[in-house]
Amino acid sequence: MFVELNNLLNTTPDRAEQGKLTLLCDAKTDGSFLVHHFLSFYLKANCKVCFVALIQSFSHYSIVGQKLGVSLTMARERGQLVFLEGLKSAVDVVFQAQKEPHPLQFLREANAGNLKPLFEFVREALKPIDSGEARWTYPVLLVDDLSVLLSLGMGAVAVLDFIHYCRATVCWELKGNMVVLVHDSGDAEDEENDILLNGLSHQSHLILRAEGLATGFCRDVHGQLRILWRRPSQPTVHRDQSFTYQYKIQDKSVSFFAKGMSPAVL
Amino acid sequence: MAAAATCGSVAASTGSAVATASKNNVTSFQRRGRRASGTNDSGPRLVSITGTRPSVRNGQLLVSTGLPALDQLLGGGLAVGTVLLIEEDKYNIYSPLLFKYFLAEGIVNGHTLLVASAKEDPANILQELPAPLLDDKCKKEFDEDVYNHKTPESNIKMKIAWRYQLLPKMEQIGPVSSSRFGHYYDASKRMPQELIEASNWHGFFLPEKISSTLKVEPCSLTPGYTKLLQFIQNIIYEEGFDGSNPQKKQRNILRIGIQNLGSPLWGDDICCAENGGNSHSLTKFLYVLRGLLRTSLSACIITMPTHLIQNKAIIARVTTLSDIVVGLESFIGSERETNPLYKDYHGLIHIRQIPRLNNLICDESDVKDLAFKLKRKLFTIEMCWPPHYSWIHPANYLLRALILLFPLPRTMQIKITTIMSYPSNWCIF
Repeated sequence: MFVELNNLLNTTPDRAEQGKLTLLCDAKTDGSFLVHHFLSFYLKANCKVCFVALIQSFSHYSIVGQKLGVSLTMARERGQLVFLEGLKSAVDVVFQAQKEPHPLQFLREANAGNLKPLFEFVREALKPIDSGEARWTYPVLLVDDLSVLLSLGMGAVAVLDFIHYCRATVCWELKGNMVVLVHDSGDAEDEENDILLNGLSHQSHLILRAEGLATGFCRDVHGQLRILWRRPSQPTVHRDQSFTYQYKIQDKSVSFFAKGMSPAVL
Repeated sequence: MAAAATCGSVAASTGSAVATASKNNVTSFQRRGRRASGTNDSGPRLVSITGTRPSVRNGQLLVSTGLPALDQLLGGGLAVGTVLLIEEDKYNIYSPLLFKYFLAEGIVNGHTLLVASAKEDPANILQELPAPLLDDKCKKEFDEDVYNHKTPESNIKMKIAWRYQLLPKMEQIGPVSSSRFGHYYDASKRMPQELIEASNWHGFFLPEKISSTLKVEPCSLTPGYTKLLQFIQNIIYEEGFDGSNPQKKQRNILRIGIQNLGSPLWGDDICCAENGGNSHSLTKFLYVLRGLLRTSLSACIITMPTHLIQNKAIIARVTTLSDIVVGLESFIGSERETNPLYKDYHGLIHIRQIPRLNNLICDESDVKDLAFKLKRKLFTIEMCWPPHYSWIHPANYLLRALILLFPLPRTMQIKITTIMSYPSNWCIF
């Protein structure tokens, strides 16, 4: 996890809020550093994490996790991390007929189905064990990323339904957190993606939006991060708080600074 | 990525000049040969595959794309397990060249090839591969060729940069391995027949395969894509590139080349209609292909006619599902053909995306305005003025003169272009 980002979000692994949906969004840049941040954050907070990783392999997250101070292999071995590796599972599903329902079963179907098997998988992974002792603090669901589900033939409504079911189970019933990543296609006129993004923006408590700089590529400032706090359940008496920072990604951390205050410029 | 992960740990244990992630207070530099555990047993064998080298940044195993100039821009080469997507130029003249360079590099290094096309028989594609320039004699010959070619006009151009006229054009960054990484090819000559026959290659020609009775699994992909995926998966399993076949111990790279993916010849209609019935076929194919590649020792090049795809959303999705995306824009038929700024070049090359693999950052080149030109023996990529520049302010020459008149040591030479680059729409006056 990035300590500077924790300071900006005013949170630490010990006293993070529960029952929240965080939306990560990237436009014209790569926002995957935020996924790595939240993965290591919740593992350090001793939460039970279910990670639906659709876009990269396990070793990718594992190697970056090591740089951030968590070991995904060990977390998986001791049961703290349930990892669904989308790429490997897709190969299994497409080339071999599965006997039991598989979370990515929709890949075999001709028309757009629903994500019920995936939801069942998540529910099974995060359900509290009735052994009496509470090993983990609260469950967390991480999805990287939802836009891939649209590319695989799912409709935006099916994905929104899946998130709704997950929210009801993870956030409300189990008092856990959810973090999902969606790409913002910008001017690519991807209607399904826009429906998904807008729908999720209205439901989430915290939106982190990583954008590329409007002026183009820069070696010292990799992008801009907009943080937006929302209270979707309560009527908004005060305006939603929003902050903007610029960031530079380094080998093991990300440094944040106010707009125009990059160390390279000062 | 299994291959990269073991390679990452291998790089740490062999003490090479690659700094990988260090655990708490344990340095990742270890003496060669100290670790003898089972997982690192395959280490030396992985590193010793011909035609590969570990990346300087994170120990990732890289293969050459066949163009040393492009390798430099991509941070050393194409990572094993990833897809290089080439967005074809409008008349499909230069993208087949990059495709052929990739395959020719595979033959020269002894890699296994898998060539898939819906238009041309793979055997014909292999016959048309360019001949490699293999010995040092040829390299000296090509250096002279470039030098002689450059001298008449370069006397005018290199007036300010005259000290750099004497230095060779190509600078290799990164560790120089003993066996050559990245070869040069002569586009006017054909690859010798004996090299092609000695290589191990598999061809997938769609018109032949579509009529045969391969078992087709139910899937919503177009039949052409389904057959191609099954073919690739078959080769990977049969020849042991994913390590799952107990009989086959493969220590070689599989180079997959797919030509004109997405064109109507593959049975896909994304180039014909805006909201066709098969709009998810291509993206599903790319996703499953990515899954196959990440779990095997293979690298893939795909050329795609993105300028024909009607729905821009599909292009955005395809870009997300590919690792490296390079766009070619040739000047033929456009108004830039007569633009004096571009008289030496054949087109622009856009590096649209570079992956961040096993890392938070990637090796992005600072130079965003690149042009290519094809000479007989060389496909060069150079920095050029951004397209929207219509005139060159004299201050630019002055700036260049100030920096270039004071010669920097050779190791800094490659940085000249990066010092002079700036965000693409920043104009200096």
